[in-house]
Formats: sequence, structure tokens, C-alpha cells
Amino acid sequence: MQAVMRAGLRYLPLVLLALAWEAVTRLNLVDTSALPPLSKVATAWIDLVRGGELIDNGKTSLYRGSVGLLLAVFGGGGLGLLMARWRLLDVFVNPLVELFYPLPKSALIPVTVLWLGFGDGSKILLIFLGCMIPVTIGAYNGARGSDHALVWSARSMGANRLRMMWDVILPSALPELLNGIRTALALAFILLVSSELIVSQQGFGYLIGYLGSTGSYEGMYAVALTVAFLGFAADRIYQLFIQWLLAWRE
Amino acid sequence: MARVDDTTSLASAEARISRDAARRLDVIFRSGAGIFSILVLLIAWEAFARSGKVTPFMLPPFSAVAQRIYADAVAGELWRNLGVTMFRALTGFVIATIGGVTLGAMMARNRFVRWFFDPIISVGFPMPKIAFLPIIILWLGLYDVSKISVVVFDAIFPVVTATLAGLAGVDRELIWSGRNMGASERELMWQVALPAALPQILTGLQVALPIALILAIIAEMAMGGYGLGGAMMSASRFADSRGVFAGIVEIAIVGYALIKAMALIRRRLLVWHQESAEQH
Repeated sequence: MQAVMRAGLRYLPLVLLALAWEAVTRLNLVDTSALPPLSKVATAWIDLVRGGELIDNGKTSLYRGSVGLLLAVFGGGGLGLLMARWRLLDVFVNPLVELFYPLPKSALIPVTVLWLGFGDGSKILLIFLGCMIPVTIGAYNGARGSDHALVWSARSMGANRLRMMWDVILPSALPELLNGIRTALALAFILLVSSELIVSQQGFGYLIGYLGSTGSYEGMYAVALTVAFLGFAADRIYQLFIQWLLAWRE
Repeated sequence: MARVDDTTSLASAEARISRDAARRLDVIFRSGAGIFSILVLLIAWEAFARSGKVTPFMLPPFSAVAQRIYADAVAGELWRNLGVTMFRALTGFVIATIGGVTLGAMMARNRFVRWFFDPIISVGFPMPKIAFLPIIILWLGLYDVSKISVVVFDAIFPVVTATLAGLAGVDRELIWSGRNMGASERELMWQVALPAALPQILTGLQVALPIALILAIIAEMAMGGYGLGGAMMSASRFADSRGVFAGIVEIAIVGYALIKAMALIRRRLLVWHQESAEQH
């Protein structure tokens, strides 16, 4: 009960903001075409769910986002671990990672469109390319920091390269790797929504832009808030997942 | 006794010199390998583009892209787009810095401010705020104000959280001794707490800067007009693939230069801090 009270008090400012939003629009203090009342946004949300637009476009977006992100996690994580263990690869690939790391990833949007068009492929490629580097860097730094004594004792006990990677290097690289993936998760949402907003005929970003251009602003607010909430929820769930995964460390 | 000391210090000095030499050799080797890798990448790009396996539309050769960048630079187009993009990204970044540090400091000092903004910051930070882009356009139009707002709206979050965490981690004894010596609350903030929190604040800024660039470019792509992002998008609409690749190269160079500059500023500002002592 006390925990509920505390959580309520903690999130009270958000409730107050929502009430203020409703109040200023109901009292006509702002132009309601630019800021529709929250209650109307909620009705629009229900209509969009019933009409299926939100679900259909959402499925497309989630498919693009999750495939791109999975490819980035496995590709980037694998590359980072290999770079940490294999000096020659490190010496020659690290400069390229450093070169592409500061590239503002949104610049890849027109290139992926040029290569793969307006559909799923270009979004997946964009998210893969954009999210790979933070994962690579996380895996690399984590694996380089793994305890030498552990590596030596595993080797003396006769672990082969694959076992060593799986049983020693990967677990010790895990915290930093998981942090890199968290950055990648946030980046995936930004790249997904912006690329859909700019060039697409499907997906959350497209739906926001479409509703905005047809003047149904309640719907636009509803979808934008949905996407924002999904991004927030994904991050929280991921953090719980990390806690669960790293429970052995304590 | 003195002799022994001399020989040991001599030996350790020699050891240090040879370690320094080894490190320097390693640095030379690594930077040589770095230049080599980048050259290989560029040559592979050129060769692959000319091999006929891809059309020049899919991948124009690097030499053609470089020519295009040169032509844009001579025509002045490049400088205009570059200037506009940098202006938006950096103005947004500076506003986010000032606003974020101020808000973070107020949250650290005042319980009520902290209670009000804490859930907003912790819920807002992981949100993909780019989803609100059409709403910002609806309110502020398509020009600089709107593009800069998009940047500020995203870049401010890491600054606030870094400032808050930095100020919370300031050594209590520093504050107490400052107060004992008769510093006012304002002096405590400016002369003790903020400098002590500076390393973490700078880390927040180093997160915010790439975000500012990413968002400035997205805003330009979505809203059109001048700027590196806008130029890339219109090149893409006209199927001008040289223009698109020229844009990627230009933006990559800008991003690289800005991030290096930020690291340099960090080192400059933190000369007094033990962090920079550890690097030597």
C-alpha cells in the first residue's frame, strides 16, 4: 500500500501535466486545432486500434525494428568479440569502427533508400548499419577488460577457442555488451520512426506523417504518444532483462 | 647506499624509456594500420564501383563523389549547406547545454523542482522523441526555430541526467568545507559543486553532441530547405546518387571533426582533474 502511494506521488507530475493539457484545451486557452484535448486524443487512439491502422502499421514497424536490431546485435557483438581476441583484426578494423562511429546515422537514410527502395529492406539495413557500431564497441571494450587470470586458467584447463569465447570472454564482456545494446535499442527507435516519417508508405512513422498531412491531429497525437510509450516501455523491459541476466554477478 | 639508489633509478628510467619507445612504436604501427585500412576501403570502393557488378547509380565511384564534393565546394553550395546545418546543430546543442545544466542544478538544489521534473526526465529520456516531429512542425513551422527545437528537445535529456548525477556525486566534504569558509549558496554552486561535477557533465555533453547532429539532419531531411540533410534528401528524390554519396562523406567528416573537437575541449577543461593525469 505504501509502495503504491509512493509510486503515485512519484508519477503525480505526469498526471498533473495530463490534467493541465486537458484543462487548457477545454478552457480554449490554446488553439485546439494545434493541441486537441487529451480526451479526444484517447478517443482517436481507440478508433485507430479498432480500424486496424495502428495495429497493421505497428506490426510492420516492429518487424523492421526487431530484425534490424537482432542483426546488429549478432553482427556487431560477434565482430566486437573477435576484434578483442584477434589482434590483427583489431588493428585493421578498429580504425574503420572509429571512422564510422561519429557518423550521424541518420545520414544513411537516403543511401539505404537508394539501394533497397521504400520498403522493409531499406529500414532493416538502416537499423542494422546504424545500431551495429555501439554493440561492437560494447562487446570490444567488455571483452578486452576480461580478467587475464580467468583466461589463463581456462587455457591451462584445456579450453579450446570456442569454449573460451563462450564460457569466459562472453560472460565477462556481458555488462558492457548489454549497455551497448541499450544504446542500440534507443537508436533503432529513432532511425525507424524517422526513416518511416521521411520515406515510407507503411509503419508508425508513416502513419504519424499521414495523419498530420490529412489534418487529423488527434490521431497524429495518439500515434506519436503510442510510439513514445513503446520506446519507453522497451527500455524499461530491457533493463529488467539485464538485471535478470546479470543476477549471477552479485 | 646512494650508488644503489642511482643504479635502481637508472634501471627504472631505462625500463621506462624502453616502455615509452615500445608504446610509441605501437602508436605508429596502429596509426599506420589505420591509414592503411581507410585507404583500402577507398580503393575497394573505387574498384567495386568500376567493376561493373553494380550500376553507378547504386554506387558511384569514390573519385566521382570526390569530384562532386569539390565542385560543390567551388560553387559555394557546400559551405552554405554546411554552415546552415552546423548553425542548427550547434545552436540546439548550446541551448540544450545551458538549459540542461540549469535544470539539473535546480533539480539538485530544490526538492520541489526535483519532484516535478524527475518522472518527466526519466520517462522522457528513453522515448523516441522524433515521433513528435510533425507536432513540432504543426506548432513552429518549417524553419530554423522548428529545426533547432527538434535538436534541443532530444539533446537536453542526457545533459540534465548527467548534471544531476554529477552533482549528486560531489564529495560532501567539499561542500561542507566550502560552506565553513563562508561561501554563499551561489558561490558553492559555481565554484565548488559545478566544477566538481564537470567530468560527468562533459560526459553528458559528449552524448548530447552526436544526438544533436543526428536530429539536425533528420529535421532537415523531413522539412527540406538548405542544409546537408536537405541537400541529401533532394539529391535522393532526383535520383542523383553522386549527390547522396557526397552528402554521406561530408556528414561523416563533420561528425568526425566535431567529436574530436569535443574530446579536445574535454581534455582542456579537465587539465586540473586527475582524469587527465592518468592519461600520461
